[in-house]
Amino acid sequence: MRYGDTGYNLEIDLTRGNVERVETDPKLTELHLGGLGTNAKLLWDRVPPETDPFAPEIPLMFSSGLLCGTPAPGANRTIITAYSPQTLLMGYSMMGGFWAPELKHAGYDKVIFRGKSPDLVYIWINNDKVEIRDASHLRGKGAVETAEIIKEELKEPNAQVAAIGLAGENRVYTASIEQGRSSASRLGLGAVMGDKGIKAIAVRGTKDIYIAKPAEFIELCNEVLKYIQYRNENPVPNVMTILQGLGSPQEMLHVDEKWHTENFMWGNSRVRRKDFWNKQIEDRWREVQLDVRKRLISCYNCPMKCGAIISVPGLSTYMMKCFSKLTYTMAAFVDDLDFGFKIAQRATEYGVDGFSTPQIMAFAFELWEAGILTDADFEGCPSDSEGKFYWLLDRIVRREGIGDILADGTYWAAKKIGKGAEDFAHNNIKKHEQLPLKLGMLNPVYFLMYATGEKINITQIEGQFPQSPFATMEERQEFISDWIQAPDEKFKQIVLDWEFRGERSNPYFPTVDMSVDIVDWQEKMHYIDDALGVCAGLSSFPLKPPYHIHNYPKIISATTGMDLDEAGLTQIYNRNRNLIRAINVRRGLRRIDENPPEDHWKRRFPELEEKLLDAYYKFKGWNNDGIPTKETLQALDLGYIAEDLEKRGIYDEEPSVKKASA
Amino acid sequence: MAEKKKKIIKTIKVDLDKCNGCRACEVICSAFHAEPKYSSNNPARSRIRMIRHPLRDIYVPVYAGEYTSAECMGRDKYIIDGKEYDECGFCRASCPSRDAFKEPDSGLPLKCDMCEDLPEGEKPLCVQWCLNDALIYEEREEEVEEDVKVEDVEIGLASLIDKYGRDKVIDIMARMAEKTKPAA
Repeated sequence: MRYGDTGYNLEIDLTRGNVERVETDPKLTELHLGGLGTNAKLLWDRVPPETDPFAPEIPLMFSSGLLCGTPAPGANRTIITAYSPQTLLMGYSMMGGFWAPELKHAGYDKVIFRGKSPDLVYIWINNDKVEIRDASHLRGKGAVETAEIIKEELKEPNAQVAAIGLAGENRVYTASIEQGRSSASRLGLGAVMGDKGIKAIAVRGTKDIYIAKPAEFIELCNEVLKYIQYRNENPVPNVMTILQGLGSPQEMLHVDEKWHTENFMWGNSRVRRKDFWNKQIEDRWREVQLDVRKRLISCYNCPMKCGAIISVPGLSTYMMKCFSKLTYTMAAFVDDLDFGFKIAQRATEYGVDGFSTPQIMAFAFELWEAGILTDADFEGCPSDSEGKFYWLLDRIVRREGIGDILADGTYWAAKKIGKGAEDFAHNNIKKHEQLPLKLGMLNPVYFLMYATGEKINITQIEGQFPQSPFATMEERQEFISDWIQAPDEKFKQIVLDWEFRGERSNPYFPTVDMSVDIVDWQEKMHYIDDALGVCAGLSSFPLKPPYHIHNYPKIISATTGMDLDEAGLTQIYNRNRNLIRAINVRRGLRRIDENPPEDHWKRRFPELEEKLLDAYYKFKGWNNDGIPTKETLQALDLGYIAEDLEKRGIYDEEPSVKKASA
Repeated sequence: MAEKKKKIIKTIKVDLDKCNGCRACEVICSAFHAEPKYSSNNPARSRIRMIRHPLRDIYVPVYAGEYTSAECMGRDKYIIDGKEYDECGFCRASCPSRDAFKEPDSGLPLKCDMCEDLPEGEKPLCVQWCLNDALIYEEREEEVEEDVKVEDVEIGLASLIDKYGRDKVIDIMARMAEKTKPAA
């Protein structure tokens, strides 16, 4: 019997219409846990690196994590993996909601699609019975609408449905996969799903999931829950409101948006409106939000309420989370939040990423203003701020006219448009649009996370270390006094020593070595979460979370029966981290690509940044071009990867960046 | 006539406004009632069930009540606060018209037992795991007529007889008794 995981994957060949239930090797769980880890292993094994993200042989994987479906609170994430059509690197995007636990109860850890369906289909997984069903009647339907129609026609209100909207059908590079109150939005995996001809995957499962050591396991779960309750009652003092609690930023709960609207950038991540927030706006925005918000809601088995049911009069109801209420509003320079909730309804049904898509639109209007795009490109576009955005959103998801070019994201659109458009695609790393955030002084820890993160999305890389120093020694003492999550005492000392000004302040403090240590810890927790399917909101993302490096090994051991300690778990993390890096190295990722947007910080320090990257690579056991060395890979049971990289001549390449000091 | 006795009545008050729809109650209920305890879990075996229609903002946790062999004649609709609910959305019965409150493999009825084998003073697990306080445990003293407690096995057998007929169940019982007879 398998514990934690089900021990079976569902392999679906869409070209041949073939469905197989395949037993998995338990050794892979020991090596990679599950979720992101085993997805990466399959991606490495199954396709050569030259494969186009839209090639039929590309495996599109919908995976649960190792703990999904067990009573471990917040273990509900679905980890979707393929190659990203936008970055051309490994694309992994995750969603909470209810889908992954349902899949586990249906008896599978992953669904792996290959091939392409000649017609639009949806998949119906009902325990052992799996059907590929015609979806021609769902073509062009909204993602939320599709899920409702499918549940209705299956007469199964308890089915969980992950669906794409029109954007995915049309292979828009910012297409999302929507489900429950959640979505896998980043990196264009909805486009890969649409390319394979899959409109939706509906799942219903009524089987048991087994726990190896029940008594120990439930005690650990109870401790996690108690700690969540404690943290909900005891917000972290002396930090900004949105950093005080657990979960994702509580954007559905809070109505005070002074911080975001005055510190994040408006338009194409350009303009900071330092005195935007006033009494009139505050009153109006509160009224709007409370009016459309019907209920604060959760994902599976999680007490946090990061999402909401949103019902705008005259529009169909949808669910929202986190920050998308502001991304469209701010990108379009609209001062009324009402617009944010309205356009997000359309965007959710279309199924598009709420971070990249508004930026692409703001980028297009900047190009128009600069004369790089012309009136001909915008024929029929209304002149008001709101109307313009609706109009362009419709063009992009339909790939009509200029929308077809913009649907590939700012990086590729700028390349195609030329005439200096590249300068306007200024907020990308590795071809992917970043948060609209521009800051003053370089923060060395954030520099490293932005530069080297394989997720290419800071909110899923950053985490438990404070974003800025505490003002007084008393505040620092207070912060470290109950910081049980810190892996090591040295992190507490950094917090004590970190100042706003002087020698021990950004960018030279935390020092290079400290920064590397901090980044390694943050990354470690995210990689573990993404393999276990635990929401970052209860673990790697907020300050002082209930899951951490000290209790995770016990929880994994009690669930699976493995005998894992902190060193063992760290070894698995390093294995998964290096495996994903190697996949991307094989796809061409090099040091030269590890470059945050030029204007992300006003004050840059090229020499220091070089030192930071050098030290990070050295710490990881990578060469100076960011490539894992043979020795590093061999020590992680990844000798086969070292052989492959060697055979391809990757170790003999000239460095991608010529160092000034060399 | 049974004798009147003072008895602690255990109740769970359900505050629908506070429910966030996470289904932790289903998760922990099924884990607690696994054999051995917490060795497996499966919301489909839970004795509490979330009736959820997120887009209609309907979130109703319902506890499994008595087994009933017949379905209702009419199934009425209620409109509360502008939202339409099926009567089944509030009903606790394990009945023929739906899958709720039946073991997924055997079809045997499930019933909430308030986690009766928990140590004295501990609240039912669903209440403990509902951090949003949608489920509130209450006790009150009442004078009641003491019923003869019907065993779970008997309820299960009665439901099988309803479903398959008396003769068939007796036949199978006899055959199984033969098979599992201890060696002489």
